Formats: sequence, structure tokens, C-alpha cells
Amino acid sequence: MHIVVCIKQVPDSAQIRVHPVTNTIMRQGVPAIVNPYDLFSLEEALRLKDKYGGHVTVISMGPPQAEGALKKCIAFGADAAILVTDRAFAGADTLATSFALASAIEQIEKDMKVDMVFAGKQTIDGDTAQVGPGIAKRLDMQLLTYVSKIDELDLAKGEIKVQRRAEGGVQVLQTRLPCLITMLEGTNEMRFATMENMFRAARYPVNFWNKDTAGIVDVSKIGLKGSPTLVSKVFAPKPNTKPAEIIDTEGHEPRDLALTLLSKLFTQHPKLRDSIVKQAA
Amino acid sequence: MNDTTAPTKKPAGRGNFELDERLQAYKGVWVFIEHERGEVHPVSWELLGEGRKLADKLGVALSGVVMGSPGLPTRRFCAEAFFYGADNCYLIEDQVLENYRNQPFTKGLTDLVNTYQPEILLLGATTQGRDLAGSVATTLQTGLTADCTELNIDPDNRGLAATRPTFGGSLLCTIITKNYRPQMATIRPRVMAMPDRDGNRSGRIIEHPLGLIETSIVTKVLAYIPDENQDKPQLPFADIIIAGGRGMKKPENFQLIWDLAQVLGAEVGATRPVVQAGWVEADRQVGQSGKTVRPKLYIAAGISGAIQHRVGMDGSDVIIAINNDPNAAIFDFATYGIVGNAMTVLPALTETFRQQLAVARMAS
Ligand SMILES: Cc1cc2nc3c(=O)[nH]c(=O)nc-3n(C[C@H](O)[C@H](O)[C@H](O)COP(=O)(O)OP(=O)(O)OC[C@H]3O[C@@H](n4cnc5c(N)ncnc54)[C@H](O)[C@@H]3O)c2cc1C
Ligand SMILES: Nc1ncnc2c1ncn2[C@@H]1O[C@H](COP(=O)(O)O)[C@@H](O)[C@H]1O
Repeated sequence: MHIVVCIKQVPDSAQIRVHPVTNTIMRQGVPAIVNPYDLFSLEEALRLKDKYGGHVTVISMGPPQAEGALKKCIAFGADAAILVTDRAFAGADTLATSFALASAIEQIEKDMKVDMVFAGKQTIDGDTAQVGPGIAKRLDMQLLTYVSKIDELDLAKGEIKVQRRAEGGVQVLQTRLPCLITMLEGTNEMRFATMENMFRAARYPVNFWNKDTAGIVDVSKIGLKGSPTLVSKVFAPKPNTKPAEIIDTEGHEPRDLALTLLSKLFTQHPKLRDSIVKQAA
Repeated sequence: MNDTTAPTKKPAGRGNFELDERLQAYKGVWVFIEHERGEVHPVSWELLGEGRKLADKLGVALSGVVMGSPGLPTRRFCAEAFFYGADNCYLIEDQVLENYRNQPFTKGLTDLVNTYQPEILLLGATTQGRDLAGSVATTLQTGLTADCTELNIDPDNRGLAATRPTFGGSLLCTIITKNYRPQMATIRPRVMAMPDRDGNRSGRIIEHPLGLIETSIVTKVLAYIPDENQDKPQLPFADIIIAGGRGMKKPENFQLIWDLAQVLGAEVGATRPVVQAGWVEADRQVGQSGKTVRPKLYIAAGISGAIQHRVGMDGSDVIIAINNDPNAAIFDFATYGIVGNAMTVLPALTETFRQQLAVARMAS
């Protein structure tokens, strides 16, 4: 069994700061991490490999530095890693990204048949949740998003049964391989890297592919050219228009504060008062 | 590769502003009406409200798209869509559309778009809407902007300007779709206001065949397990929310939040650190990576008001903030603020509300 896992290197957004004057992202010093959602998919792929045997290839499209993220995945237990990197990819939106990744996966497939592709539910920088569905469509694979559990995998029959999160419950779905799965967060926990795999990762030569190696002929489908969407403006959230009316009373006694607040609230928002009364009844 | 690019679509680059003649034929605003278990997801009505504004600015019709099996109340869904502002409904009824599945829904929606050519297509950013939107946009090879918080029409070129948070919410960006149609966007539930429902409105239903048989659909739905815990927190639709942050200090102190919530019949919300610390379940997280809420009243105790929290709750009608730091960001946008210790202010509020409500009940 051969599973390809799509991972993206992202800036740790918890540590991102915006320059107060220029409104630009200050990337310096912000550590790059494997997109946290991708780890649930990688872990699930590794579990399938533990159970059924096989090969896990991780793939990423990004700048040369993304090699670090791929090595991290090798340390977790992935067998092979490919970084698709080319200046021609710059400015890609989700449509162009899914085109490039799908094309690279087709190249991988030439060496070893691909039974399943995993992608993260979404990234924390792009946050679109579109690249996975896009790849599935382009590769003509069945799409299983928001999977909370893989119930059964029958490799002989080429069938898989999963639980998929829907709005008010869980759908139990059965489909045929090859398929593309995005895992729901929190459905498993990434294992620790073993010493052996860490050593392997340190020595492992990540495969660098450019657009030609990735089998891309039509350059009008990649990068900025292949992206129907354009960012026309980036700006800081509206500085708020009106600051809060601060409720204060002499002595700052909590009880007085509460009374003052409530009388304000109830006289200035009579409709709200009515609905509070109704709600509490 | 299953590449379905229409050969006539020119790639858009910066500066390529003129819309192809072929694409100028794309007219009208569409909203995908999402339903599950016989109920329409309220986000669809919210999007009709927003879609109405866009359609009016453009001077075009607003349409809903309803897909389902004959056993489902699809006509009622269409009627409701008219009440919420749609002029037309495109309806595909077929047995294979009994449950949501990617393949037949993608085919149906793609066919409708190719046949009737809308310029804008909106879907809810739900598990269903996101699953479908990504597949449809890729099939149509058009642009899709996810999780928008604001939609506008650029008066210069009639294009959709879709604004969304980026980089974890620290910044907003406006995204346009150049030489491709339709312009697609998803919007999370509760980001847009619920429009008024006008039971006198009606509209036209346009039926369309699906043209797909069950044996050609690869994925089968074996079962649907409704969530056991049906009284799971329903934050997005709560009228009153009492939310606590890290300023509550200890999980035991969170009881003060629950006490006030109980008196007001309110839901309890929380910030991300509180959820991560395990004080409350993840369903209660409000914000960028949690729920978007629009209650009539939001009381925030011990919450700093970080942008990632703010984006999930600043659509609330009235916000009351309790924080002991007078410079906390939450005071920049709350309606009322109390600078003080939440551990003493909350019990006082609870008690005062209890008394006032008792008075109000006696009066009525
Ligand atoms: C990608 C990303 C996504 C995120 N998504 C979310 C999200 O969905 N939701 C979310 O909430 N956060 C989210 N965050 C985190 C967010 O940036 C903030 O870190 C978080 O909202 C802060 O939570 P807080 O206000 O509870 O804690 P803090 O920022 O630590 O604030 C605690 C506040 O309590 C006050 N306080 C302390 N003691 C008292 C007292 N005795 N009485 C009254 N007040 C007191 C302090 O003055 C302070 O203002 C996200 C961050 C990132 C990077
Ligand atoms: N540049 C990329 N390289 C590899 N995988 C990616 C890339 N961008 C997105 N993905 C995959 O697609 C998922 C969804 O991404 P997004 O649509 O950006 O939210 C991610 O979790 C990854 O698994």
C-alpha cells in the first residue's frame, strides 16, 4: 500500500506580529512548523502503514526551506519526501496549488501506484480547506473530508469505510480506492519521533522537484498565472469606532457597579431587557 | 489527469482587467441552499440576505439552488428561500441526492452553473459547503475565496470583492476573481445577519435533471449517526452568551460564569486558552478557530479581546466586558466596560440580575 501525504510548512501564526505602521507581516524570527492539521493526516497514514504495511511518501510545495518540514515528517516515520519547488509556482492560489500537487502525485504514481492521498483539513496560514478537494478532483479520486475515524480498510477489495463529520452527526461512508482523505483535528495524536527515525531524517536527502520533474507542461496553470484569485488589498482590521462606556461608581463596590450597569443596560436597550426577561423565564 | 479546463478561459494576470466576452454572459447571484436531515442550515438564509444586497447592487436576480431527493421537502425549501429574498430557485430532484455526497452534488451544481451561468455563487463554510465548494471550483476552474467576512461589489468592474482574515486573523485581505466566472465564496455561519422573513414573497422554480444513476456513484452512505448529545452547546444561535477567558485564573472560578449563565438562561463561551486548558469543551470556543456568534448580549469576563477572539464575537448587539486591566483591548470595542476583578464583579452581576428578573417577573 502506498500513501501520499500532503503537508505544508507554515509560519507559527501564534507568533506572528503585524508591523504597526506598515501593516505587513513581520516574518523574521517566526518559526516555521508543519501545518498542525496535517499532522493528524500524517499520523493516520502512519497508523495504516503500521497495520497493513506499505510506504508513506510526504510531499510539499513550497520554498527550499520547506525541506525542514519534510525532514520532520521523516523523523515521525514517513518513508520518502518530495519537495516541489520552483520560482514558477510563486503567487499560486488554491487552484494553482492543487494543480501542481496533483501533477506531482501523478509523477509519483509512475514509480509506485498510489492507493490513498491524505491532506490536512486546512492550513493555518491559507486557511481555505480547498487544496485537498482540489487535488481529489484533479486526480479523479473519491473525496472524504472531515474524517473522524477509519473503520475498515480492505486492500484486497480496494474498499474503505470511514466516519465523516457532518453538521448534525456522522456519516458512515464506504468508497473505493484510490481516495483522498482529510482528517478532522483531534482524532489522533502524533507519535513521538524515534531516535532511529531522527537519525534517518538527518541523513535523508529530500527529493527536490522543479516544475519539469513534477510533470508540468502547461505553465499557464501554475503560479500567479494559473490563479483566478488575486489579493487586491491587505489591511489591518478596522480600528474600532467607539470604545466602551466605562461603568464606574464611587468606591467601586461590585454591587454598585452591577446595579449601575444593569439600569443603564435596561433603560438604553429596552428590547434587550425584554428578551432577557423572556429568556430567563 | 481529469482536467476539465474550458479552453476558452484565459488566465488572469495582474492588469488583465477586461472580462472575456463569453464570461460577460454570466449574470445573477446564487446561494447554495444546504440541508441535512430535512432541515435547511440557517447559514443559507443568512447568505440569501447578503446575496440580496449584492444582487440589488448589480441589478440582477438572486437565486437559490436546492438539491435533494423526492422524499425530502425540497419545494418547501424553495418556498422558504423565496421568503428570505430569492427570486428563483434552481431545483434538482433525484433519488441519489437523498444524502449529501460529494460526487452527485458536485455534478449537479457544476451542471447548473454551466447551464445558467451565474456571476456569483455563495456557499456556507460548513462541512458540507466547504467539501462541495472546493470540488465545484476546481471542476469549473474558477476562483474560490474561503471564509469571507465581508462581501462587496466593486463599482468599477462589477466584480466581487471578498474580504477574509489572513495570517491567523492579524490582517484582513480583499480577494477578487479576475477573468473567471462564477466568482465563488464561502461564508461561515453567523458571520452575516439573518434577514427578515417575508411570508408573502414567492418566486419561480426552475427544475433541472441530474443525469446520474446510483450505480455510477462510487461512494455509498451506509449510515448516519446523529450526534448523541443533542443538547450540545449551540453557541452560534444563542441570544445571550457569558464567556470567560484566562483572566478567570482557575477552572473552579469558571463556576461564576456558569452561575450567571444559569440565571440568564444563557450559553457559556470561552477563549482558546481556556479550551486548551480543558476548563470547558471545545464546542464553546468563540473566535477565529472556534465559533462565530451574534448574540443580543455577550458578557466577556477576564478576556483580553485579542483579534482572534474578537472576530468571532464583535457582531454581538451589546458587549459587556469585565477586565481588571483598563488598557485591555476588549474595552476598545465593547459597549460597556467594568474595570475590576471578575471574581467579585461576576457574583454581584449574577445577584443583581437575579433580583431584577424577579422584580420583572412579578410585574408581568
Ligand atoms: C491562529 C490563531 C487562532 C486563534 N483562535 C482563537 C479563537 O478562536 N478564540 C480565541 O479566543 N482565541 C484564539 N486565539 C488566541 C488569541 O490570540 C488569544 O491568545 C486569546 O484569545 C486570549 O485569550 P484570553 O483573553 O482568555 O487570555 P489573555 O489574553 O491572557 O487575557 C486574559 C485577560 O484577563 C484579564 N484578567 C486577569 N485577571 C483578571 C481578573 N481577576 N479579573 C478580570 N480580568 C482579569 C487580563 O487583564 C487579560 O486582559 C487564536 C490565536 C491564533 C494564533
Ligand atoms: N503548498 C502545499 N504543499 C503541500 N500540501 C499543501 C499545500 N497547500 C495546501 N496543502 C494541503 O492541503 C491542505 C489544505 O490546505 P488549504 O486549502 O490551504 O487550507 C493542507 O492541510 C495540506 O495538506
